[in-house]
Amino acid sequence: MFIAVEVDDAAAADGELARRLTEACPVDIFAQTSSGSLELVEQNLDECVLCRLCLDASPDGVVKIIKLYDSDAVLA
Amino acid sequence: MSILIDADTAFIVQGITGREAVNLTRECLDYGEGAKVVGGVTPGRLGREVHGVPVFDTVAQAVEHNGGPIDGSVVTVPPAFTKDAVFEAIENGVKLIVIVTERIPRRDVAQMVELANLRSARIIGPNCLGIIVPDVIKMGGIGGPAKNAAQAYRPGPIGVISRSGGMTTEMSSTLSAAGLGQSTAVSIGGDAIIGSTYAELMPLFEADEQTEGIVIYTEPGGRMEAELSRWVTENDSRLPIVAFMAGRFMDEMPGMSFGHAGTIVEGKEDTAGEKIARLAQAGIAVAERIEDIPTMIEEKIAGRAASGAAR
Amino acid sequence: MRFFEFEAREVVKRAGIPVTDFGFTTDPAEAAQIARRIGGPTVIKSQVLSGGRMKAGGVKFADTPQEAEDYAKDILQLEIGGHKPRGVLVDPKAEVEQEYYAGVVWDGTRKQPVMIFSPVGGIDIEQVAQEQPEKVGRRHFSNILPFGDFEAKEVIASTGVTGSALNKLVPIVTRLAKLFVDNDMTLAEINPLGQLADGSFVALDAHMEIENEARGRHKRLLAELGVGDEETRQAREATPFEIAGEEVDAQDHRGVAGNVTEFDGNLGLVIGAGGGSLTLFDAVRAHGGDPANYCEIGGNPSVSKACGLAKLVLQKPGVDKIAVMMSIVSNTRVDIVARGVIKACVELGHDPAEKIAIFRIPGAWEEEGFKILEKYGVDYADRSVSLNEAARRAVEKIGAAA
Repeated sequence: MFIAVEVDDAAAADGELARRLTEACPVDIFAQTSSGSLELVEQNLDECVLCRLCLDASPDGVVKIIKLYDSDAVLA
Repeated sequence: MSILIDADTAFIVQGITGREAVNLTRECLDYGEGAKVVGGVTPGRLGREVHGVPVFDTVAQAVEHNGGPIDGSVVTVPPAFTKDAVFEAIENGVKLIVIVTERIPRRDVAQMVELANLRSARIIGPNCLGIIVPDVIKMGGIGGPAKNAAQAYRPGPIGVISRSGGMTTEMSSTLSAAGLGQSTAVSIGGDAIIGSTYAELMPLFEADEQTEGIVIYTEPGGRMEAELSRWVTENDSRLPIVAFMAGRFMDEMPGMSFGHAGTIVEGKEDTAGEKIARLAQAGIAVAERIEDIPTMIEEKIAGRAASGAAR
Repeated sequence: MRFFEFEAREVVKRAGIPVTDFGFTTDPAEAAQIARRIGGPTVIKSQVLSGGRMKAGGVKFADTPQEAEDYAKDILQLEIGGHKPRGVLVDPKAEVEQEYYAGVVWDGTRKQPVMIFSPVGGIDIEQVAQEQPEKVGRRHFSNILPFGDFEAKEVIASTGVTGSALNKLVPIVTRLAKLFVDNDMTLAEINPLGQLADGSFVALDAHMEIENEARGRHKRLLAELGVGDEETRQAREATPFEIAGEEVDAQDHRGVAGNVTEFDGNLGLVIGAGGGSLTLFDAVRAHGGDPANYCEIGGNPSVSKACGLAKLVLQKPGVDKIAVMMSIVSNTRVDIVARGVIKACVELGHDPAEKIAIFRIPGAWEEEGFKILEKYGVDYADRSVSLNEAARRAVEKIGAAA
C-alpha cells in the first residue's frame, strides 16, 4: 500500500539481472522464478527502505520504485 | 572545551563489519569535523575496508598501523565476546572504551570495569550510545546520521549525562532549541553496573571551563543518584545540576521490570519519590517535564554567577 | 530470576556446601516416604517464591510420616502471596546450636560483589546490621582475581568468630563466593547456616537469584533443575496479551517490540524507546489518561513488526485509540513506523486518522514519515512538541471522543 515496484518486461526475463536484484535487495522484494526470470514478492513491497541498491544494480529506467504516498513520485 | 573526547581523538571500532557498526562508522566519519576512525577490528577480516577504514584481525595490528597508541575504541561485539574484546583493547593500551553492546552479563561488565581501573582506562557503557561533542566529534551511534545529530546537538555550556540513549538526544534537542547548547553529552548506559556513573564524570565536567551546568536523565533502580548527591555535597561543586526522572509510575508497581535491565525496583533501594527527595537535599533540582529543564538550569547558572560576582 | 528454595539448595549442594538430607515432592504420599527415609521429626516447607511462609502457615513441624503427609497435603493447596506452591520440601528437623548468616550480593556503586557474614543468623540481616553492627562483616572482592580463602577468613574473623568454627566456615564461605560468581547470581544467601552439636555446619535454607541476561550460559544447570526456558518468575504470570507481544517481537529479528505489559485502560500506547516509554507513560497518567498497555519499541523495526504491535494493541478489548510516540529517534525510522501503524489500522478496517490519536516521532527519515502521515490524514507532531505535550493531546483527543 505504500510502495509499488515496476520492472521493464524485457529486462525482467534477464536471469542475470534477476539474480543481481535478488542479491541486492535487503528486504527480499525481488526473487527469481524456477526458470530464472524476475518476480516480485508482493508481501515485502511495503518493507522497501528506499536504499536504491536495486537501482544501482540495474540499467537506468529498468526498475521504478514508486512512492504511492507521495503522489506516485518515482525514486530517483 | 569538552570532556573525554575532542577533535584529535583517534579511535577504532571493534566489530566494525557488523550491521550496526557499519552504520555508526559512517556516521562518526561524517559528523562534525569528521572523527579519526583509524581502524576496525573483526577477527578474520584483515585487509577489508569499511567506508575507507582499514579492518584488522587484532587491536595490536591496528595500533601498529597507527604508528602508536590509539586513544579509544567503540565496541559493538556481541555479548558473548564483548569481555574478550574489551580486555584486548585495554591490554593494547586503549584508554577510552565505549561499549555499545547490550545484555552483557553483569559479571563480565564488572570484570571489564575492574581491569580498566587497574590500567587507568575508562569505560563508558555498556548498553549505551556513546559520546558527542557538538559540531566536533561523536564516538558511537548517539544522535544518528550526521544530519540528525547536527539538528539536535549544538555547542554550548551544558554537560548532559543520561542513562537512556534516546533521552540524551531528546533532552539535548530541548536545550538546543532554548539556546543552551551542550559542551559534551554522554550516554552512560542503562545496566546495573556501568563503567562511568554520574559522580564519576562530574570531576571531568568540573574541570572543563566550557561547562557551566549539568543536566541528567535518570530512572528508578540503582543507587547512582545517591552517589551523585553524596559527591555534590562533599565536593562543593561549582556546577548546578537539574535532573529529569522518568518511570515514577513504577513506585506503584514494585517487582515488575521496565525499561533497562538495571531498572528493577526492589524494596531496599530508593523509590522514585525517595530519590527525588535525596537529590533535592543535595541541591539538585528535579524537573517535572523535559520542557522545564532549560529555564531551570538557566536560572541556576545565573544564580551561581550572581552569588559568585557578589563575593 | 529467583530460584525456589529446593532449587537453591541443590545449587548449594553442587557447590560442595553441606546441606540437609531434604526431599522435594508434589505428592503428599511421597512426603511420608521421604519422612520415613529421614527417620525422625521433619519440617514441611511450602515452595513458593514469596516470603512470609511461616506466618502464612506454609511451614509446619511434623513428628511422624503421617503428619508429614497431612501437612504436605494442606500446604500444597495453600496459596501464599497469590501463588500456589511448586511443591513442598521435606527437611529433617535439625538440632541447631547456633545460626549463622552468609550471603553475596552485587554492590553497584563499588562494582564488585560483596560477601556478608554474621554469627547472628536466622533473622533478617538488615535488622542485625542495625542492632549489632559489630556482628556483621562485609568484604568486597575482586572480579578478576580468584576468590581466596584468606578473604573468607578475614570477613568471618572480623565478626569475632574464631577457633574451629572459623576454620570450618572458611571453605563454606569460599564456596559460596565461587558459586555466586560461577553461576552469574545476583544474590546468593544462606540463612540460616546452622552449626550442629558436633560443630559441623549445614545450610538450612538458601535463597538464590540468577541474572536473567546470563541464563543462556547456564542452560545445563537450569535444565537439570527443571527450570523451563520460558519461566520468567516475575511478580505475576504473563497474560495472553503479553505473550502475544513477545510473539510479535520473536517473529522478526528486525528491531525490537519489547516489554509489552498489559494495563486496562482505553488508550493504546505504541511507544519507545526505553527512556521515552517511561517518560510517556508517566505523562499519560499525569494528564489523567488511562493506558491500555506499556511497551518499548527500539532498534530498527520492520514495517511488519510495527504493524504487528499496533494491531495487537488496537485489538485489545477496550482500546478506543492508539497514541504512537517516541523520543527523538536515531536508528529507528519514522517513515517505517508510520507505515506500520497506518497499515495496522487499514487492515483492521479502521480509518488511521480516527484511530491514531497522535503520532509524535521526530528524527531519522521524518520528512518521509510526515508525507505518509499527511496522506492518511493522521494528526502528527514534530520535535517542537514535547513528549509531555504529545501525551496531553492524546489524552485530550480520547477524552473528547468518549
